[in-house]
Amino acid sequence: MRAITIIEPGPLATVQDKGRFGFRHCGVPVCGAMDPQALRLANLLAGNRADAACIEITMGGFSARFQVDAHFALAGARSPARLNGGAVSSWRRCFARKGEMIEIGLPLNGFRTYLAVEGGLDVSPVMGSRSTFLKGGLGGLEGRALRKEDVLFLGPAVSGGAISEIPAELIPACSDKTVLRALAGPQIDRLSPCGMQTFWGSEYVVSSRSDRMGSLLCGPAVELECGADIISDGAFPGAVQIPGNGQPVVLGCDCQTTGGYVKAASVIAVDLPGLGQLGPGATVRFARVGLDEARLAYLKNEYLLGRLFEKSHEAGGGR
Amino acid sequence: MRIETDFGSPRNRGANSEPQVLLCGDTGVSVEFAKIIDPDINRRVRRLYKRLKTGAHPGIIDLGPAYCSLFIRYDPFICSLEKLLCIIEDNLEAPGGAVEDTPRIIEVPVCYGGEFGPDTGEVAGFHSLGAPQVAALHAAPLYRVYMIGFILGFPYLGGLDERLKTPRKKSPGPIVAPGSVGVADRQSGIYPVASPAGWWIIGRTPLKVFDLQRKRPFLFEAGDAVRFRQITREEFESYNDH
Repeated sequence: MRAITIIEPGPLATVQDKGRFGFRHCGVPVCGAMDPQALRLANLLAGNRADAACIEITMGGFSARFQVDAHFALAGARSPARLNGGAVSSWRRCFARKGEMIEIGLPLNGFRTYLAVEGGLDVSPVMGSRSTFLKGGLGGLEGRALRKEDVLFLGPAVSGGAISEIPAELIPACSDKTVLRALAGPQIDRLSPCGMQTFWGSEYVVSSRSDRMGSLLCGPAVELECGADIISDGAFPGAVQIPGNGQPVVLGCDCQTTGGYVKAASVIAVDLPGLGQLGPGATVRFARVGLDEARLAYLKNEYLLGRLFEKSHEAGGGR
Repeated sequence: MRIETDFGSPRNRGANSEPQVLLCGDTGVSVEFAKIIDPDINRRVRRLYKRLKTGAHPGIIDLGPAYCSLFIRYDPFICSLEKLLCIIEDNLEAPGGAVEDTPRIIEVPVCYGGEFGPDTGEVAGFHSLGAPQVAALHAAPLYRVYMIGFILGFPYLGGLDERLKTPRKKSPGPIVAPGSVGVADRQSGIYPVASPAGWWIIGRTPLKVFDLQRKRPFLFEAGDAVRFRQITREEFESYNDH
């Protein structure tokens, strides 16, 4: 049986891929891995396409059994991991024999760990994606978080896998004190001069009420002019909303498709993995950058990742 | 066309101004036609949406028409911002007729107040009305679906009576049940699934706004008309949503 069986899911483990695109006009959130870089790199190492479905493991406490010999890889949070008791490194191509058990512990820093298994998780796509949307109860395995004894089937093994480790420059930094680079948001003009200073100058703590929909930040209130309400427009992962209480909310992958609060800033795409690694209690500040810096960083990262995938799949894997 | 990358986007732009492109990070833009809720502006938004959707431009990966703006998610590795702006401009200027509203009028039964409408008292208090008046005023107008957003088919309805205009909650409130009918500003909406709500909940419908098992999973689409009908608790309990 080409499958893995969940022994312990930990606080939250879900099936995620690159996300669900093309249904925004119906109000369908993107979903997908909160750390998309780790998802792609784990897939690369496991010999999968970039968009194959993985397990997103939140705060460790996870174990599973391989029902088949398979390559696999871990990426994301710095979590201690063991395969049948022996230590396993993240960001490397690994191999498990049928019957062996993988265990992933509480992250030393970071919040989410990705387990990619050769062939990818073969759950049925919903609206073009295998990502779980917990609040909507769709995608992934029956639209829900993974449980004990769940069996996840694997797609056919592919012959990729020329890459056995990841160049250091592609591995996102992972720390409990994070600086997220951000562009001015679409309604930045609604912040008062004082609110501007507060927002770009303050350190915020991630609240324990945060989830995949949004990271609620606690810290100095951001002062607005003319209130927090706007005529609802497009909301997106990385958008930093300022509701009426002045406490910023950074939207995550499960975020609503439209929102009616001021958006002060937009976290740049290459720093979204850092957002995905912020757990409760982590501290974060925002550094304002220009579009050129964001674009250059994005293009460079996509180019380097694309090159690695080309190397791994000579016969046309995904970017 | 202006690209807004910094301060100073002019406020309260009217129906006749030029569309403005706002950056939404480095992989998204919002084409804002005006800052008003207006059927004609909304039709212009949906016209651009339909043109871009039909055009199937590589690198444009998601489109979200809103009240008076169109959100575009793109992959700058495939389609540069400059190229995207050309595509937008070309499609704004292209000749062709306006987008028409759908001819549908969808009737939505609602049980108002009580445990189904936990915020009715606050809305009534805000406007010095009684709870029955809130229900009557809410059920009277013919609403227009301006957009689908928030979560899984949530309809944003324009046409709320001025006397019920209520500012949004200061921060999103507790989780509300599927079918919850809310008001905020001059809008009304229906929560498709259990979710945190920033709007004031005044009733609940037994209709399923979203049902993946249904042939049409999403009950509403932009351009539909909606009329609410007051029902009793008994009618709610015995309602069968086929």
